[in-house]
Amino acid sequence: MLAALLVMAMGAVVLGAALGYAAVRFRVEGDPLVEKIDAILPQTQCGQCSYPGCRPYATAIAKGEAEINQCPPGGDEGIRKLADLLGREFKSLSAEHGIEKPKSVAVIDEQICIGCTLCIQACPVDAIVGASKQLHTVIARQCTGCELCLPPCPVDCISMQAIGESVENWKWKYPVFKINPAQREAA
Amino acid sequence: MTALQRLFKFNGGVKPAYNKEASTRLPIAVAPTPTLLVIPLHQSIGGMPRPLVKPGERVLKGQRIGGADGNVSSAVHASTSGTVIAVEMRLMPHTSGLSAMCVVIEPDGRDEWIPHGPFDFRGATPMQIHDYLRDSGVVGLGGAVFPSYLKLNPGKQRNLDTLVLNGAECEPFITCDDVLMRERAATILQGALIMRDMLGAGEVLIGIEDNKPEAIAAMEAAAHAVKTAAGESSIKLVSVPTLYPAGGAKQLIRVLTGIEVPHGKRSTDYGVQCFNVGTAYAIFEAIALGQPLISRIVTVAGNVGQPRNFEVLLGTPMRDLIALCGPLPDSDRVIMGGPMMGLRMPDDSVPVVKAANCVLVGSRGLFPPPPPEMPCIRCGECAKACPADLQPFELYWFARAKIFGKAQEYDLFDCIECGCCAYVCPSHIPLVDYYRFAKSEIWARELAKVSSDEARERYEFRMLREEREKQDHAAKLAAKAAARREKAAAAKTDAAKETATPEQDEKKALVAAALERVRAQKEQIQPENTINLTPEQVAEVAAIETRRAEIREMAKPHVWQDD
Repeated sequence: MLAALLVMAMGAVVLGAALGYAAVRFRVEGDPLVEKIDAILPQTQCGQCSYPGCRPYATAIAKGEAEINQCPPGGDEGIRKLADLLGREFKSLSAEHGIEKPKSVAVIDEQICIGCTLCIQACPVDAIVGASKQLHTVIARQCTGCELCLPPCPVDCISMQAIGESVENWKWKYPVFKINPAQREAA
Repeated sequence: MTALQRLFKFNGGVKPAYNKEASTRLPIAVAPTPTLLVIPLHQSIGGMPRPLVKPGERVLKGQRIGGADGNVSSAVHASTSGTVIAVEMRLMPHTSGLSAMCVVIEPDGRDEWIPHGPFDFRGATPMQIHDYLRDSGVVGLGGAVFPSYLKLNPGKQRNLDTLVLNGAECEPFITCDDVLMRERAATILQGALIMRDMLGAGEVLIGIEDNKPEAIAAMEAAAHAVKTAAGESSIKLVSVPTLYPAGGAKQLIRVLTGIEVPHGKRSTDYGVQCFNVGTAYAIFEAIALGQPLISRIVTVAGNVGQPRNFEVLLGTPMRDLIALCGPLPDSDRVIMGGPMMGLRMPDDSVPVVKAANCVLVGSRGLFPPPPPEMPCIRCGECAKACPADLQPFELYWFARAKIFGKAQEYDLFDCIECGCCAYVCPSHIPLVDYYRFAKSEIWARELAKVSSDEARERYEFRMLREEREKQDHAAKLAAKAAARREKAAAAKTDAAKETATPEQDEKKALVAAALERVRAQKEQIQPENTINLTPEQVAEVAAIETRRAEIREMAKPHVWQDD
């Protein structure tokens, strides 16, 4: 009886010590779920989800404070991925947060720009270069199309231009074949 | 010499009707210069070259009109002398039917060369060879148009054993390599020897399918001539069995050397490099003559009266070439390449580019519309036919269901899009269309992933920077305040009370210093109307002051009430 109790107690002590050590040694910094959600979000940093960036939104989703359908740039596909990851039901994009638009980049009309630097301060990814009273320009490759530079511009010289289809970014379409009714009857 | 060499086999392959005889009956003809040359700037794998000419400029034959941009890119040149009419978007020889930047040249008919001469590659550094070949615009002419300078970089591949020259030309209808070997075998061998020397390769293996006896004979004669003239014995001619796609680089390497290049590796990792015979010819022209790549041999075949091979200036509209062969009235499509791997052109006005080995004219009679697609019955015929040792049916299911991650796990990107699986499929499933769809979706996603990762990094850096600036600002303010406190404390040390805590001391000192400042300011500012007053004025002021005091006294209770 005593031996059994001792064995069980020893087991508890050893396992407890091991678990305690593991908790310290393999401690996970940060929330891995937030990282996973953040990886799905499009990183537009547009704030349309009503959070100041993609990461804050990811944190809010992980805490259960936000719905998964608040990200217009991610679109339905993004929502589907989030739904898969979190085991939640798919919801269509919430209308109050905006609509899914084709990917576009900001373009500054250099004839109108007065060099006020307001758009530079607004850009969440530092994709606008320029200095006070100097012409500004957008680095198109790094522009996420978040539209945050549009409202601060005092002369409305920034416009969004959709990225068109070119030979470089053209994609093969999903094979779709017309079914010939006559052949179908014959079959 | 057709050596008695042990040959190996690749898995699968098919034997479609070859249809090669018709276009080999006549020798290569030089296609006439068209009235307008439309030269696309982007003719190779990699970055889009930047235009180097402006509209209105006169260009000479062989003048560079597009400069290589980036690490993987190749120059383009004017195919003849003339005037640049426009640098604008024109319809590309591409399935999408989209336009891209082209240089439009109106030939002046003089065909005047830019000064050029041979390039001494033996005396040049590897970097000079690299730059020279890049600016000569030589790319792989078998159809993949990969810039050749990247494959001929001797710095990287010191221990290369074998240079494989690909003369297999396995795709039906296409005969441009066949006729090139028949007519210009000596030049091809010269080019091959140049490449061998650049790479430091031990031997040159030339693989030719055994359905081209004339080409084999011509190459054999040329190799014999080289051997007797220069004692060159490193060239070996190998006749390989006719089996589509024996002309695929990995397949030919496997047949000739037995080396199976695994997933994720390059043939150079195993000491083998492979070039098309047409590329060897272009290398000879670029190095020994100093002529950039401005023309190529193109087979015009299919639904035409007289199929034939032409030497065509790049930029010539396909329509002009087809007209030379007399297209039959029921022609309804133009395909660049062969029937197995070719790409359907948006129309016949698109120009001949470096990738165009064949202009195939089609009709409903020649290529009847495919029977309706039926469900996959899992017969496994496609896996038996796949020369890349893949499982096409698995890839098809994943591509069809848009499960791209799984498709990649099954090595979708090892698929060479040869079309063997679709050829043997009893359910007539256009498998390659599904693979192309899945591949381009995956590419697009990878690109989106890269750019979103970059955006995340930049956003996080911005957050960090803003936080740092905030902290810097706060630290600066704190330092200023501390300096002020110190000053005040120093002024007050004499009067400091011993009972007070240092904190109270500091505060009191600060308050005292501030009061002192206010007092000093007050002293400085004296209202001017109180100086130099007459006694009457002083009396008047005093009276007013007393009145004011009285009124204040009277108002007091009301103020309290208000409170």
